[in-house]
Amino acid sequence: MLPRAPVLTDLLVRSDIRRATDLARVARPSVPTGFPALDAQLPGGGWPSGALTEILPAHQGIGELRLLGPALAGLSRKGRRLAWIAPPHLPYAPALDAADIDLSTLLIVRTTSLTDTLWAAEQCLRSAACGAVLLWPQQLKYAELRRLQLAADGTDAMAVLFRPPSAADQASPAALRLGLATADGGLAVRILKRRGAALQSPVRVEIGPPTARTQFSAPLPDTTTPA
Amino acid sequence: MLWIALYFPCLVEAADDSELQQLAAWAGRYTPNVSPEKTCGLLLEVAGSLKFYGGLPALVRSMRADLKTMGYHAALAGAPTARAAWWLARAERSRFIATLPPLPEALAPLPLAVLDSEAKTLNLLRRSGLRTLGEVMGLPRDSLAKRCGQALLDQFDRATGRLPEVRPYFQPPPVFHARQALQTEVCHAEPLLHVARRLLLQLGGYLLARNAGIEGFDFVLQHRDGPCTTIDIGLVAPSRDSAHLLHLLRERLERVVLREPVREVRLHAEHIHALADDNASLFHDEISASQDWPRLVEQLRARLGDDSVRGLALAATHRPEDASVLTDIGSAPRVDTRFGLRPLWLLSAPKALVERQGVPHYDGPLKLLIGPERIQSSWWSGPYEGRDYFVAQTPAHALLWVYRVAARGWYLHGWFA
Repeated sequence: MLPRAPVLTDLLVRSDIRRATDLARVARPSVPTGFPALDAQLPGGGWPSGALTEILPAHQGIGELRLLGPALAGLSRKGRRLAWIAPPHLPYAPALDAADIDLSTLLIVRTTSLTDTLWAAEQCLRSAACGAVLLWPQQLKYAELRRLQLAADGTDAMAVLFRPPSAADQASPAALRLGLATADGGLAVRILKRRGAALQSPVRVEIGPPTARTQFSAPLPDTTTPA
Repeated sequence: MLWIALYFPCLVEAADDSELQQLAAWAGRYTPNVSPEKTCGLLLEVAGSLKFYGGLPALVRSMRADLKTMGYHAALAGAPTARAAWWLARAERSRFIATLPPLPEALAPLPLAVLDSEAKTLNLLRRSGLRTLGEVMGLPRDSLAKRCGQALLDQFDRATGRLPEVRPYFQPPPVFHARQALQTEVCHAEPLLHVARRLLLQLGGYLLARNAGIEGFDFVLQHRDGPCTTIDIGLVAPSRDSAHLLHLLRERLERVVLREPVREVRLHAEHIHALADDNASLFHDEISASQDWPRLVEQLRARLGDDSVRGLALAATHRPEDASVLTDIGSAPRVDTRFGLRPLWLLSAPKALVERQGVPHYDGPLKLLIGPERIQSSWWSGPYEGRDYFVAQTPAHALLWVYRVAARGWYLHGWFA
């Protein structure tokens, strides 16, 4: 007996096939970003699990980590481990604590070569313990990105890659690519790539100021020069 | 009762049973009832293990695969009595007989050499023209007992299940030591790993039999002359998974420079702890995640070194450099300290900023948003200084953590990334 010919509607329920006008359906639950405006534009309503996400901030320090804060805090509350691989600076415990991230879930991995960075990322992704794997690699080739995407595929961890803005021109197998810029007090998130129809205009995210457990002093009056 | 006999022809001439002891440790993975036979055989009572392994054929397959990994040739046979299984294995007949009735027929063609009797008795039987066990069993019992002694008759009765057989069982020693002499001197990691796999398989069986795990082990390479090379592997959580232990050892072994060829390999495990059973659970994901964690940390450490794989903790100090410490994984104490606004990234060393017309610059003039927060350094740690910290914004809207020291100017200390 011949196998039944695939019907179009059968194909459309597959997670890897989508209509060009729709957002993709996702098989794995996503991790809510904590920013409803952004969630609304992401397939699955959050950071994709089991796939690669690229974050390309225009400058360091504009909120690229604060954007991940609520998601990381949520994962750490569930006891999922958060792996930081080859971070550019020391992650600072008081600020992470203030962002409600359980410090005991953190795994800080320092490496001396790109090979080790990628190897460590693969190990973390493969382990069921990690809820998020953040990495700051140097220049990556397409084949290396592809390998990371394959390692992330099928896991239930967020794999987040921080890359310089110039990487936006390079093709990438990542499921989600976000370009970050500042926009009067908030963050302008440009969705460079997502599973689904392209989005032209950036999403404005009110990322809020850095948080502290206690506020120690009132903001200064808006003057550029200190006394 | 179902006995599986393993006969190791290579050990018949062995001077002592040390190698058999290692094999008995390995066999502990299949059943707690392992009984050594002379220097060259093991008898395993496996009736209780059949269900776990999914039947006798699967169990035997698994044993054969292990033996192949360890590099042993052994003859395997099975029978409802230990003696019959041993005789079948000894004759290298790979037969597995589950019940008593067909036993006499199966034993009949075996040669007399399998008997555990004195040479005198065997010669007597041979001179009488007897060649097989079947021919001996066909003789009248009374006259056989008279001529050759009750002991011979008892052997047959034990084999056929008429008499019970009491056997001593192997007791796993309190610590595990195994050694393997190498046939040729070895200078590369790959053949050493092969030997390691063999020893770790024995360790795995030993730990399973003791229902225990190890916190670490020493892998010692004995050279022709000169001191031994010791590779010590430490674990985050006790484990008995041979594959995992081998994986850790591989990462380390690949980095060891062998100054001299290796002659002998030893494996020592002394810190042995009872291990909770890995019961199958409804919440499988949670279980596997909780086991995956120490495993992941060990893997990363084996390759990158302990210092490169760390946890993070708060410290109860107001000095910014000391408030965040890299710690051992899982040793983060809970500290309840209140801090002001703190950046997510801290620079390992503060970076001096250019100051123009009293304004600090970083990619342009900085706008001071919040501050100052006065933090004094402790007089006992380095030069005493009072720092005024500010949250500052670059023209590109990046947020920095900067401070000013009265006499020395402005410094960048972190990023509110």
